[in-house]
Amino acid sequence: MTAQNQRVLSAAETGFEEAFAATHGKQSDGLGEARRAAMARFEATGLPHRRIEEYHYTDLKAKLRSAFALSAKAEIVAPGAVGEVETQGRLVFVNGRFDAALSNVEALAGKISVSAWAEEMGAEKAEVQAHGAAAFPRADALVDLNTAFVQGGATITVAGGEKLEKALEIVHVAKGEGASFSRIDLVVEAGADVLVLESYQGDSGAYLRNTLTTLEVGDNAKLTWVKLQEEAESATHLASATANLGKGAELSQFLLDAGSGLSRSQFAVAFNGEGSNAALRGVSLLKGDSHADITLSVDHKVPECNSREYFKAIVDDKARSVFQGQILVKPDAQKTDGQMMVQSLLLSESAEVNVKPELEIFADDVQCAHGSTTGEIDEDLLFYLRARGIPEKEARKILILAFLGEVIDELDDERVGPLLTSRISNWLHV
Amino acid sequence: MAAVQETIDQVKSIDVDQYKYGFVTDIESELAPKGLNEDIIRFISAKKDEPEWMLNWRLDAFQRWKTMEEPEWARVDYPKIDFEDLHYYAAPKTQEGPKSLDEVDPELLETYKKLGIPLSEQEVLAGIAPENRVAVDAVFDSVSVATTFKEELAKAGVIFCPISEAIREHPELVQKYLGSVVPVSDNFYATLNSAVFSDGSFVYIPEGVRCPMELSTYFRINERNTGQFERTLIIAEKGSYVSYLEGCTAPQRDENQLHAAVVELVAHEDAEIKYSTVQNWFPGDSEGKGGIYNFVTKRGDCRGANSKIAWTQVETGSAITWKYPSCILRGDNSVGEFYSIAISNGHQQVDSGTKMIHLGKNTSSRIISKGISAGVSQNTYRGQVSAHRKAKNARNFTQCDSLLIGDKCGAHTVPYIESKNATAVFEHEATTSKISDDQMFYCQARGLDEEAAVALIVNGFVRDVIQQLPMEFAVEAQKLINISLEGSVG
Repeated sequence: MTAQNQRVLSAAETGFEEAFAATHGKQSDGLGEARRAAMARFEATGLPHRRIEEYHYTDLKAKLRSAFALSAKAEIVAPGAVGEVETQGRLVFVNGRFDAALSNVEALAGKISVSAWAEEMGAEKAEVQAHGAAAFPRADALVDLNTAFVQGGATITVAGGEKLEKALEIVHVAKGEGASFSRIDLVVEAGADVLVLESYQGDSGAYLRNTLTTLEVGDNAKLTWVKLQEEAESATHLASATANLGKGAELSQFLLDAGSGLSRSQFAVAFNGEGSNAALRGVSLLKGDSHADITLSVDHKVPECNSREYFKAIVDDKARSVFQGQILVKPDAQKTDGQMMVQSLLLSESAEVNVKPELEIFADDVQCAHGSTTGEIDEDLLFYLRARGIPEKEARKILILAFLGEVIDELDDERVGPLLTSRISNWLHV
Repeated sequence: MAAVQETIDQVKSIDVDQYKYGFVTDIESELAPKGLNEDIIRFISAKKDEPEWMLNWRLDAFQRWKTMEEPEWARVDYPKIDFEDLHYYAAPKTQEGPKSLDEVDPELLETYKKLGIPLSEQEVLAGIAPENRVAVDAVFDSVSVATTFKEELAKAGVIFCPISEAIREHPELVQKYLGSVVPVSDNFYATLNSAVFSDGSFVYIPEGVRCPMELSTYFRINERNTGQFERTLIIAEKGSYVSYLEGCTAPQRDENQLHAAVVELVAHEDAEIKYSTVQNWFPGDSEGKGGIYNFVTKRGDCRGANSKIAWTQVETGSAITWKYPSCILRGDNSVGEFYSIAISNGHQQVDSGTKMIHLGKNTSSRIISKGISAGVSQNTYRGQVSAHRKAKNARNFTQCDSLLIGDKCGAHTVPYIESKNATAVFEHEATTSKISDDQMFYCQARGLDEEAAVALIVNGFVRDVIQQLPMEFAVEAQKLINISLEGSVG
């Protein structure tokens, strides 16, 4: 118990501190002050460990063993294809930095304004400085690291009233080893409607990615945010996101968590205006010895908002799935409707699932519920299919696809539905 | 419906003051000086005439406790406890321990009579009182003042006595089992209890014996500025069965009193232990002043195959409750159950729940938790269900529902579900809602007034749990629920 006071720095922690001293510690760009403040906070707390409640099941201090060098600027020919989705325009980031040559933002003119930047260009911009760690509702070491090291990003604004059929694609590519830090600030102005399809991919290196995404959904605006996390198997993916919803706003989110050996996806949603809806959904596909953590918090600050959380995980081999979801209903948030459902399917003897669905309720006129199930494939269902001549392996796939398909049905978006289904079935057939 | 009418009458019969057990017994007490140090521990140990090994065990616990920090993770908020400002031992002054019930201070008998706990065997044995025989161990402040039906139980081979007596009379059993379920340094309060526990009950059910009557302990804190640290140890040998009831009350005092108990249950092969609690410690007054701090560690160990442990609790009292009766399902096919009603009103804070740790094959557990919060209280369910690698075919069903009455209270649910075995099937459901206007309208349209309607709906809400209580307690529990919620409507 006394050991808590004398913190021993891990190699990764020392690595971050040294990397900072060598770069931003010396010279400063427009973000210098924010970077130094964030680094000071990180140095005080270090990487989160299991005694920090939010990281109880994902001990980053133990899991991030070695130090990461900061990623270098890199060039690629073209990012991997995201899939058959009609796009409006595309933003490409390589190792955290905006790559203007590979991106296509001209077509967005007038509808979506994009102010993208890499370290070397425009970190002085006021809108870049305005965000960062302060946007996240609680102190968090991953967000602090992002603020301290951010290498590039974009501020994207969807003009008020613009209803866009085609998707805005954002592709993040990692090349080589090292740690990349990027940030996306997305503003959907009042009455606008947009689909953002985000893809994370990388070559086979043991790289680390740390991202921060801030979403502002204006009054009566709608944002559909689909994120494909398909990092390399040896990669570490640490993503933090936050969303603020105005009056009558709608956020519809889908996370496909299919890559990287270690991932943490944390998402904090706040209702700031009445009559809004947020639906958060996700599918985790885990095998090998990967560890995937999804941590959500939904803050009902105002009355008459609905939140839905629907997550499913397939856990094979020695993989570990962590889900933490919190619905917080503040005293003023009467007539709140919050529902959370988490279902996990364990496919192997050594797979592990940890679930913590949490309700925290301070208002009385609310309907909140959460449910969670954990188990293996139902033997009866399997028998039914096999009795009809379907081989066991095939029967399992059918059942898994049906199990996960429910989440895609729930998203109910024909633009990306087929893409998600084919991604899942590809994963199953490997 | 009759029962409901009865509970409504109960509510009406109580005036401004809700807590009817708030009286103080005027009895001369012997107090240990305030403060906590080795001398106090030696003093307690000497008072109990304990063997050397017991004293060493306590001193070891004290050494460990000094290195520990108070846990702060629970959703409860209270000023820091000054552990030096407490009496760790208080006992009614008597020259000699009572040899029989006739020698017990009449003032004490009167106290228990007021609480509705019969300590006289004669009436029951003579057939005057109704035939619901319950053996009672009455614990007053730090000591056990009376244990009834001892002889009758001894005939069946059952040992039911104060734990201080068991330490002297049955050291081999105590040494073997004490601290084997809740280790000395399990947590801050359990360690403190290990160092300073003063009394409690000891139950030993021999192989194949079905305990002929319900056993019960009644805890009463009377003295000012005291902490009550009792220790209960129940051992059920192969194929035995026991049902154990526990009740608690305390006088109304301005300051807070500390209650840090440890309960250990051991169920061997084919044994079953049913442990029921009606906890009605003083919850503090309407301003949130006073009340008991209830920091309790309760754990049952299903050590043998096919064993079963069931916890049933009705929690209406205490200013702060911090308590997680748990089951370690070690034996194959063992079963753990937890039924709980936690009601908070006024300024009460409850952080309670359970842990079901599945270690053996084919183990199953069921959790039914009903939380009701009213006034400005906070009510948290915190529970853990885990299946370890070897817990093949483990099965859990959890249902925790919360009901909110009024817009200033809070209800929280924090489940931890951990599965390391693919064949384990865990289901968890939780809901939080208020009594719906439709339900109220329906009842009121049929002539019930507002308070009666709430009572009816609440009784329906908690029925699953009440059904699990032994008869004697079910009635008391139902009344308590109505008392606790009195004044929360309108």
